[in-house]
Formats: sequence, C-alpha cells, structure tokens
Amino acid sequence: MSNPTDLKYTDSHEWVKTEADGSITIGITQHAQELLGDMVFVEAPAVGRTLSAKEECAVVESVKAAADVYAPVAGEVIAANAELDSAPEAINSDPYGAWIFRMKPDNAADVAALMDAEAYQAHVDSEAH
Amino acid sequence: MTLKTTPLNAAHRAMGAKMVDFGGWDMPVNYGSQIDEHHQVRNDCGMFDVCHMRVVDAKGDGVRAFLRTLLANNADKLTVPGKALYSAMLRPDGGVIDDLIIYFMTEQWFRIVVNAGTADKDIAWMKEQAATHAPNLSITSRDDLAMVAIQGPNARAKVWQVLPQTQAATEGLVNFQAADCGEYFVARTGYTGEDGFEVMLPKEKVEAFWYDLNKAGVKPIGLGARDTLRLEAGMNLYGQDMDETVGPLESGLAWTVDLQSERDFIGKAALLANPPGSKLVGLVLQDRGVLRGHQKIISAHGEGEITSGTFSPTLQKSIALARVPNAVNIGDAVQVEIRDKLLNAQVVKYPFARNGKGLI
Repeated sequence: MSNPTDLKYTDSHEWVKTEADGSITIGITQHAQELLGDMVFVEAPAVGRTLSAKEECAVVESVKAAADVYAPVAGEVIAANAELDSAPEAINSDPYGAWIFRMKPDNAADVAALMDAEAYQAHVDSEAH
Repeated sequence: MTLKTTPLNAAHRAMGAKMVDFGGWDMPVNYGSQIDEHHQVRNDCGMFDVCHMRVVDAKGDGVRAFLRTLLANNADKLTVPGKALYSAMLRPDGGVIDDLIIYFMTEQWFRIVVNAGTADKDIAWMKEQAATHAPNLSITSRDDLAMVAIQGPNARAKVWQVLPQTQAATEGLVNFQAADCGEYFVARTGYTGEDGFEVMLPKEKVEAFWYDLNKAGVKPIGLGARDTLRLEAGMNLYGQDMDETVGPLESGLAWTVDLQSERDFIGKAALLANPPGSKLVGLVLQDRGVLRGHQKIISAHGEGEITSGTFSPTLQKSIALARVPNAVNIGDAVQVEIRDKLLNAQVVKYPFARNGKGLI
C-alpha cells in the first residue's frame, strides 16, 4: 500500500490530515502498523490537553509491543477516536481511516512544513538499511 | 553480526514470514496476523520451526544415575520407555541454568532437548559434570537433527497423514511420551497447552516435511503466537521467568523440584538452605492496557515485578506471570505501574488457557 499523497507525515510514523476548518487528524502509517502487528490497545490523549511538537501523547500497543505516538506539531487536542477502544484492530485493517486524535494546531505553517508522502517514503526506506 | 539460520529459512520467506532477530537467530515472528495464528493452533493446528533448539543425546551405562545428580527433577520418575520429564538444571547456588525435557529411551540412552540461547552453555556444563560424575558417558550435541512442533487438536492426525509409517508406533503415546521411529523421533510434547507432536528428524529432510505438512493444511506459526500460546498455557520462558539469578522455587517450578527423596542433586543444598521469599503467580488486568515484562507490581505485602506479560487472544484480556512476595494470595487485588498510571489487576491461578479453552 502506498502512502496517500494528500497527507503529511512525521519521522516518527504519524500521518496528518488537514481538515477544511484547519484542524488536523492524526493516525499512524501503514508502515508503523505493519511493524507493530496486531493492535490490541490504544490510549488517546485527553481532549483539551495542550501539546508541544514531538511530545509523547498517545500509546498504541500490539500483542508484541507498545509504541508511543507523538504530537506532529504544537496545539490542543480537540477529539479522540473512542471507536478504537473496542476495535483497535482497525489500525491494522485501515491505517489511514483509523484516526487516533484530532488537534487544533498553533500554527498552520508547522503542518505545512511536515514531510510529504514522497519524503516520508524515502525516510522509511532509509530506516530499513 | 550474521544471524544464524535454520534449514527452514528459505521456506519461511517463501511463505511470507516477517523475520526477526531472535537471540541471534533469523526467525519468523509471524506470517501475517499473530492473533490468527494463535487461534489457528487452539482451534485446529499449526507448525513451528524449533530447529534452533538443541537436541542432546546422553548415552552409556549409568546415564540415569548421572541425570539424577544433574537435574532438579528426579529421573527415577521415568519408568516407561519413551516417557519424558520436564526439569530445571541448577547451578550449585540454586540458580537456573536452563529448563529442559529429558526422554527416557533405554537405560543407555536419554535424549535431552534444551533451549536455543543456552545450548552451548548447557552442553559445556553437562560435559563438565559428566567428567566428574560419569566419565564414561557420551554427551553429544545432535547438530544433524532438525525439529518441528505440530500443535493443536488436529496436529497428530496431520502428522500421521504426512508420515503414515510413524502412526503405529505413535498412536499409543500418552502425553509426554516419545517414540523413536528410525529417522523420525516423535514426541507427544509441546509448548502451547495443546495436544500435538514435536518431531525430530534429519536436517536434510526437514524442508520437505515442512512443505508436506503445509500441503496437508497445516499452517506455519511464528514466534509471536508461540509466546502468547505458552504464556496462556502457564509455561515458563527461560531468560524471562527464570534465569541464573533466581531459583526454581521463586519461578513457579516447585512442582518440578524433588526435595522429598533422599537423592542429592546439584543445587539441592542451596534450595534447602534458602527458602524462597517470593513466588510466581498469574495476573489478569482488569483495567484497559497491556501487561508487559518488568512492570512493577504493588501489593499489600510489598512490591513485585512482571516477568512475562501479553494480551491473551483466547481470554481477550491482558495476562501476565509475575514474581511477588510470598504473602500474596490467589484472588488478591494488586496494582500494576504502567507508564505513569496504576492499573488494577487480580492475582489468579494459572494456566490461563489450555486445550482450546480459557480457564479464567
């Protein structure tokens, strides 16, 4: 599966979608879910929490391991995906649909500065070596 | 460092395995979904590459007497040919060198299967002890043999379909008993809590055996599911649940240690002199989250630590083995420190699941 070109990406394997109202939706990439394997638990950040860029704010756990999810940019958490409480495996089956949380970014420019799909793929390839 | 490979390495890759470095071995962690593989074994059957484990043959007059000294469990429990015994092998100070299975074949031949990561250390220790206690014995590492575990309610029937020549000799085997069928050594043992066989065979035949099993409908299972299956079954993993720094009595292995008989064995004096201050119990997490090794346990009787933790696909809950103070009892409520939170867990009697069913 290739990475959708309408999304932005981080070097810690989150994807970021900019919504019409300027808020952003965050999940983990196809590559990240494949590395982790069968997902069994997701802990999203509390709504209202203020995050700085690259701050640890959520946890995804597979049978195999726990992994931190980081805030892609600074901002405030405005929503968390409660559906993942009962269906964490949605991250495996639909990584770009199974969002984890939403933020209102402090600066839209921070989002624009994240990697595009091509740069992210190059990052994944470089980590494989 | 170059990873070691088993004779099934190419087969794993051809079957779509995700390979990982497992203690220096290039091994399959899964072939897709680890959870599906887990259920496959509980409900039907699956096959595991366990060629990295080591088969050791101890041969000669007096082999039983040697094992009586070498091992914490009592080789004298084995009276019927082929019967197997699980035992810890201890240091003089009572620390666990390894856990292993011995098969009594004849009074001149016991077969021993040891863990991959400890094999060289184990064999060196056995040879050193044999030099003192039984210099005429031969201790031979069977590097010419491969091993495949076929596990699940339908496992034995699948093996008979692929190796019909072994059926007559193996259909009467009880649990924990093996038969030497020429090139194939077939043992009704395993590490999953399900029925099945572990088959030892010449290395050059193992790839064909693996593909024949697959053609008969047996799916390959990775090390990921092997770990969740053994943990549900309440089976210890060497290096996690016990090691050289802890004794068998602190590791849930009291049932394998014979302190009743007159027999002396290496480590016995240390076990008698140092009664255990802690014990291994099962935990079931009641809050949402996943128990993992090394998480701290807080009980009314002091602190403990998780030795192995995971998500149980059978119970759909997180489970663990944990070393806790002796005063902690089955049914007690404890807390587990996970990241910056204290989550609630209950102390339970394990195993958690066996023979296709949850037991909690």
